[in-house]
Amino acid sequence: MLSVNGISMQFGGLLAVNGVSLEVNQDEIVSIIGPNGAGKTTVFNCISGFYRPTAGAITFNGQAIHNLPDFKISRLGMVRTFQHVRLFNKMTVIENLLVAQHRHLNTNLLSGLFKTPAYRRQEDKAMERAAYWLRKVDLLEFANREAGTLAYGQQRRLEIARCMVTEPDILLLDEPAAGLNPRETKDLDELILSIRHCYNVSVLLIEHDMGLVMGISDRIYVVNQGTPLASGAPDDIKANPDVIKAYLGES
Amino acid sequence: MNLESLLYFIQQLLNGLTLGSAYALIAIGYTMVYGIIGMINFAHGEIYMIGTYVAFLAITALAMLGIEYLPVVFLFALMSSVLVSSAFGWSLERVAYRPLRGSNRLIPLISAIGMSIFLQNYVRLGQGSRDLAMPSLVTGGWTFGPEDGFQASLSYMQLLIFVVTFVSMTALTLFIARSRMGKACRAVSQDIGMASLLGINTNRVISATFVIGAALAAVAGVLLGMQYGVANPFIGFIAGLKAFTAAVLGGIGSIPGAMLGAMILGIAESMTAAYFTTEYKDVVAFGLLVLILLFRPTGLLGKPEVEKI
Repeated sequence: MLSVNGISMQFGGLLAVNGVSLEVNQDEIVSIIGPNGAGKTTVFNCISGFYRPTAGAITFNGQAIHNLPDFKISRLGMVRTFQHVRLFNKMTVIENLLVAQHRHLNTNLLSGLFKTPAYRRQEDKAMERAAYWLRKVDLLEFANREAGTLAYGQQRRLEIARCMVTEPDILLLDEPAAGLNPRETKDLDELILSIRHCYNVSVLLIEHDMGLVMGISDRIYVVNQGTPLASGAPDDIKANPDVIKAYLGES
Repeated sequence: MNLESLLYFIQQLLNGLTLGSAYALIAIGYTMVYGIIGMINFAHGEIYMIGTYVAFLAITALAMLGIEYLPVVFLFALMSSVLVSSAFGWSLERVAYRPLRGSNRLIPLISAIGMSIFLQNYVRLGQGSRDLAMPSLVTGGWTFGPEDGFQASLSYMQLLIFVVTFVSMTALTLFIARSRMGKACRAVSQDIGMASLLGINTNRVISATFVIGAALAAVAGVLLGMQYGVANPFIGFIAGLKAFTAAVLGGIGSIPGAMLGAMILGIAESMTAAYFTTEYKDVVAFGLLVLILLFRPTGLLGKPEVEKI
């Protein structure tokens, strides 16, 4: 469903990503791993339309997306998180989930002014979906709190809920376990698996927590210094001598 | 304090609040645009001026047709003014700011000053640079106080200004708090990149912000135009500067801040004019700005910006 063909990203003289290709199929959990500065996040930025790749092509559900603005890519059903939490801190938890459903709300200003039945129906549905996901990530009791006042782990979960209310086909998670304690990481692990299992959402993951990556990924891509190094099932990657060398250094 | 000086004080307070209401309507445009894209739209005062001109033209046109029934005249003036000014506000962003988005902060600022000069001269060429005068439509009012002493008065025009401002501000507050576009506005002002990644068309939100700001400035233009009865192509400059001061005073980016700052500024001006001299009212207004910037740079209701990591 998502296919990245030899994308490169050049910043001035720096080639941050060089010819990376990857494939994510329906209902798959795919991870990108690599040492710090390998260009993993840059790949994410290219896919989600945050950057425009300098070479290569990206197609999503059969449509070329590498020249689309980010909000259009998102409306096609792709949504992402960042390494650090980026909630709308001064809005309430529930508002964070409502505002994310904009792409589903295709009514105009007039219908909002007169509160037509269609408009109300959409509002109700948006609210229902938001409440559903709050329950799912165990944040329902905080619905009217300002998002910025939540604990870190809760903010992380709210971010995933905010992605899910957009009803995406694919979820891009950039280091979702960063800063979580082992218990929270385990919860996250289950959440990601259930997202794939219950909602048929594919997941593309960047993560340093090898326990998490090896445990849930169907396939893994390894990038090093912007170039693809290896790809395959978790067990193959674990045994790959190039990967071991890149991670542990020459020995 | 005897009755006379109390009445005098109340009168100044009423005058200050009237002025403050008009400043508040204009200040919203500065503060919202700053909140969303972090730029000062220095051509905003000109939108207010255009609002006044359109109102004058609309009222004159109706008078030529023999229509002088006040509610009709007022609503027609208000609607045409809001429509035309909104169109100007929208085009301003499209033409002068959107192409420059993402460039150095100074560049849109210079573009704004250029647009300000352009709009002033555009109106000057079309309408002449002399004062346009109009007889007051709303006359009369209430007076309080003894027959032989000082009488405080509240004119119907002042009342109209209060009422229209109150209604506009309430509508705006509800819009921002409740509506979808209002939520999108807040989301974009907090994190434009994330809002876009969640599928919000940020360009539309930015356009909407300019349109809302322009519409409110037009309302101020109609009201102050009717209150003072004169307009010239240069009234936007000082009104814009005052409203900008009000926005900074209250904390730029904050909507309640802009309302509060405008009221304080209006009252400070009318008090200075009443108890000191009229000439010094601008000195006090801008002196207040300097003091606020020195001692509380984020304004009264502004929050210090948290360094982003």
